[in-house]
Amino acid sequence: MKTDELIAALARYPTPVDPARSQRTLLWAVLGGALGGLALLVGTLGLSPALRVEAASAPMFWLRLAFVASTALLGWALLRRLAQPNRSAGWPAALLGLPAAIVWLVALASLASAGAVERGSLWLGTSWLACPFRIAAYSLPAFVLLMVALRSLAPTRLRQAGAAAGLAAGAVGACVYQLYCPELAAAFIGTWYVLGMLIPAAVGAWAGPRMLRW
Amino acid sequence: MNPKLDEREARLRSFMVAAQRGDESAYATFLRELAALLRGYFRRRLTSLPDEIEDLVQDSLIAVHNKRHTYLPDQPVTAWLHAIARYKLIDLLRARSVREALHDPIDDESAEALVAAPVEQAGEARRDLMALLADLPDKQRLPIQYMKIEGLSVRETAQRTGLSESAVKVGVHRGLKLLAARIRSTQ
Repeated sequence: MKTDELIAALARYPTPVDPARSQRTLLWAVLGGALGGLALLVGTLGLSPALRVEAASAPMFWLRLAFVASTALLGWALLRRLAQPNRSAGWPAALLGLPAAIVWLVALASLASAGAVERGSLWLGTSWLACPFRIAAYSLPAFVLLMVALRSLAPTRLRQAGAAAGLAAGAVGACVYQLYCPELAAAFIGTWYVLGMLIPAAVGAWAGPRMLRW
Repeated sequence: MNPKLDEREARLRSFMVAAQRGDESAYATFLRELAALLRGYFRRRLTSLPDEIEDLVQDSLIAVHNKRHTYLPDQPVTAWLHAIARYKLIDLLRARSVREALHDPIDDESAEALVAAPVEQAGEARRDLMALLADLPDKQRLPIQYMKIEGLSVRETAQRTGLSESAVKVGVHRGLKLLAARIRSTQ
């Protein structure tokens, strides 16, 4: 086909598009993914009964919530940038480690004041082996929705965009899982929650160049 | 940015915004101008793959069309278009594993590279040849034009020009030699 004919064909029916609406695609994917993960949690493990009374009054419960929620927000901000062809990762990538660093400051303080035996249980809790995989599992709905959303947008750094989608999905999965998770030690959260978010991030980095090409 | 590029940016942006609202004539104008920009941009970067240029221009036009909802009117449209062109170029080179094709590094070029020099037509090389051909004497120019450009046979060429068949052959031979020498001297 000649280029002039192609141009005529493309210009013949220029359906109006709404850039503001395309900007909201990622937000809907995050919210939908959170709802999907929540449904998955209620259907499998259920919400923790301990959560309602004791845990919710502990300061660590709120620190944990702040950590996962702020990481999810930063992941979303990062994705918004990487979904544009001409924008780099920028400030959200630079800030991404900050919430985890704050959790680790608290963790180091509590580890320093604990005895040797206590340190082990602060770090491993009772569910360290299951935690990262559960977070990865509950991030699955968000991961799928974010990848679909990215395909409708225009990422040009495919590996970065895939990794960012995985990380944001992981943080959404962590937001969901912490409604069940009984662990409140900062050292536990700083290790196993972070690992749980990095699993989908690694999958996203692998899948990005394969699934997001356009 | 110099004023000419600023002016082009403003015009492209107004076309793009109008196209997003569904303005057909603005969109056609925009795509035509963009095709010329893309052609110039790719031609400078695909010197070893000249056959790919027009395909890549069309690929990029389709990509711009399919992703036009991701352009935000508060951003420079040139940067947005350049990012898509660059992405399509890298995608092609990666697919073909052509490394030596890159004469200019494209990692850190600015978006101005896209709007630097548009190429309006695909057929410039042919026009240059016709200009060189026009300088040849008739008994060489006409045989070359009839036989090599229009594809007539020796006999048909001889009938049209009134030359003998052997004179036609000699004319083509000498004319091509002369043309080759002139092309070499202009490079």
